[in-house]
Amino acid sequence: MKTIKTYVTALISALLVFSPVAYADKWSDQFPHIKATGDIPGECSYESISKKNYKGKTLKINTHAVPVMGEPTALHAEQFEKLTGAKVEVTHTPAGDLYAKAMVPFQAGQAPYDIVFGFSNFINDWKRYLEPVPKKYTEMRQMKDVTKSHIGVASWDGVMYQFPVDGDRHYLKYRKDVIDNPEYQKKYKADTGRDLRVPRTWKEYGEIAAYFNGWDWDGDGEPEYGSAEVMKKDDLMYAAFFSRSVAYSKNPRTPGGFFFDLKTMKPLINNPGFVEALTDWVEATKYVPPGGINFGLGDEIGSFGGGQTLFSFSWDDALIAAMQDDSPIKNKVAAAPLPGADRVWNRVTNSWENQYNQAPYIVWGWAVGVAKQSKVKDMAFDYLCFFANDANHQADLAIGRFGVNPFKKSDFDPNIYINTMGWDPEIAQSYTQTLLDMEEKSTNRVFPLRVPGVFEFTSAVATGTSKALAGQLSPQAALDEVAKEWEAILNRVGKDNVRDAYAVGVAMEDNKL
Amino acid sequence: MNFKHKFVFLFPGLFVLIGILIFPVIFTIRLSFSGWNSYTPEMNFIGITNYIRLFTDDPRFWESFFRLSFLSVTTVILQYVIGFSLALMVWRDIKFKRFFRVMFLIPMMTTPVIMTVIWRTFFHESLGPLNDILGFFGLGPKWLSDPATAKITVIIVEVWQWTPFMFLLLLAGLLSLPKEPFLAAAIDGASAFRKFVYVTFPLMAPISIGAIIIRLIEASKIMDTVFVLTSGGPGTATETSSFYIYIKGLREFQMGYAATLSFTYLVIMIISLTIIAKVLTKLMIKE
Repeated sequence: MKTIKTYVTALISALLVFSPVAYADKWSDQFPHIKATGDIPGECSYESISKKNYKGKTLKINTHAVPVMGEPTALHAEQFEKLTGAKVEVTHTPAGDLYAKAMVPFQAGQAPYDIVFGFSNFINDWKRYLEPVPKKYTEMRQMKDVTKSHIGVASWDGVMYQFPVDGDRHYLKYRKDVIDNPEYQKKYKADTGRDLRVPRTWKEYGEIAAYFNGWDWDGDGEPEYGSAEVMKKDDLMYAAFFSRSVAYSKNPRTPGGFFFDLKTMKPLINNPGFVEALTDWVEATKYVPPGGINFGLGDEIGSFGGGQTLFSFSWDDALIAAMQDDSPIKNKVAAAPLPGADRVWNRVTNSWENQYNQAPYIVWGWAVGVAKQSKVKDMAFDYLCFFANDANHQADLAIGRFGVNPFKKSDFDPNIYINTMGWDPEIAQSYTQTLLDMEEKSTNRVFPLRVPGVFEFTSAVATGTSKALAGQLSPQAALDEVAKEWEAILNRVGKDNVRDAYAVGVAMEDNKL
Repeated sequence: MNFKHKFVFLFPGLFVLIGILIFPVIFTIRLSFSGWNSYTPEMNFIGITNYIRLFTDDPRFWESFFRLSFLSVTTVILQYVIGFSLALMVWRDIKFKRFFRVMFLIPMMTTPVIMTVIWRTFFHESLGPLNDILGFFGLGPKWLSDPATAKITVIIVEVWQWTPFMFLLLLAGLLSLPKEPFLAAAIDGASAFRKFVYVTFPLMAPISIGAIIIRLIEASKIMDTVFVLTSGGPGTATETSSFYIYIKGLREFQMGYAATLSFTYLVIMIISLTIIAKVLTKLMIKE
């Protein structure tokens, strides 16, 4: 009898201990996308969502074109349909049209889509048409895991309007097999008198990139180049420019605005810090691959991810592409913070401060909200919660083309990348540490511009900087033109309107929120 | 049939005309006097503010208009010359005439956006095949990254895509020409060159003018090629009026101002094309 009791106790204990694993197997059998982790228990796990019944209801989603964000949207829609019985209609739209496709019906008081995907800097214009994320979701464990920076990015003045499904920031990616190569270090020292290392400044970035430009340094029979950058006009290029500008212009000792002086609303875009950054960028046209001045984000991902360049800086995708199993340079790349500068502009004293400065750029990224006019808000939020549940999120992170990047604190555990994606431990450590330091530790961050008429401001930057890159204008003349245009936009939109909105971002940058 | 019955037949056509032509134009004109944008989501009335801005403070629109004029005139001239040559070639009795006629039409049958994506890949300076091949001869033109060359690249793609349209119209014109003038010229012993200059070309003038005007109207709306190939860059080197209006309207969401640009552009195009048609008629059709 005692033996039987022992067996039964052991069996029950085993069932209790291994029940999550049992669930994991159950769900990953049906949904191979999560085979690496199985279902992970949570408020919106496969198990939890399967208990919802949305049969007879239709959810309409407008998302980006396949694959970036469009592919995971469609995949999770299909899974959601299977689990809940709902019908999910997904429309795919090019990036440039996401804003207008939602905004036109919003302004007309219609809601052709229950869920609209866009970029996090749409928030100021969209917030009046979006349903705030209900408390039920903002207070759940899954949301508590989101970093403070990305809660800030998804919220406006403390109210969350965008459901976090992605995290974005710009950082440096480099070829570790070259920078850490003792032979190249020796050769570089002999030829230039300088040390070959991960660049600390944009000047150093330029020197190393120029040295490794136009010759076959990886022995594949093809020439490689210094850097792949997003330089194509209107194709997110202004974000690349801001990444290069933060080191020279975000001075932690002069709070009160990076893009404008919050007090006077004078545009700072043509101050010597920004001009220095644009001068560096014009110089960079000499060490990008042929045609690099016309590279959009896709080209940049393909170029660095395909092993064509030594450096790159922008969103995570190029690094993830380089680290995919089918990549020829898997475990040969690494991440580091954006380079800094040996001097930083002080707009109060109107002079350069000769000291090292570095500032992370928490660039805008994918964001998604639920239309206020939607008749199926509960289902819409459940879908978004399911989209970003731990199992889906970890599986999505491993696929570069999905465009889903870390935004949860738990994403910064290197073991995820080592165990489920086969990353080299040192690379996984450098990646997670770089991201974590930017998100949680830095006090000199720059957030994206989120003011009324944001696209007019960024479009002016894209036009001006692209003229400088093409040699049509000098960096100073180009940015003077941008500043003039910004003044005109301020007059049209109203300085006070812009100031009120900009103050929210400045408070985040000045660590007051 | 009484008076009322006539209206029964007239109204459907009239309604369609109002629906698809008159209403959008009137709506655009009304919109052009409003400040509708992302932060003022209403059809308010701001008078001629947008027009003042356009005529006093928007050199970029005028630059894009002159760039467009250059691109459209150049592409249409090239399309006309090449299209006419090809039409003359298959007008004669040559071997595989039918095969060539179909082949010359293929570019026009393809989807412009898809073909431009293929051209972009083809012209990609570091990953595309063209510079790989030219590399054997020590060449590597900056097809898309140099302001001057990028314009040429846009012209190449446009000419490739739309020459078949010119070819089709001109071939139809050639096939409809009367035979007598050619027989008379042959009896007089005219050379092929003289036959072309004094018989074929004058007889083809009316249809040539029609083809050129149709193509100019289409070319002046060039958007998809620029959008996919260069995004108007490098800098603003390939930015055309329609692409600029797209940026203002759908990227920056300045709907009111974009309507002002559209309506002004429409007026300019109507005036310019009327003048061009009159000049061409005077030059090409001898009384």
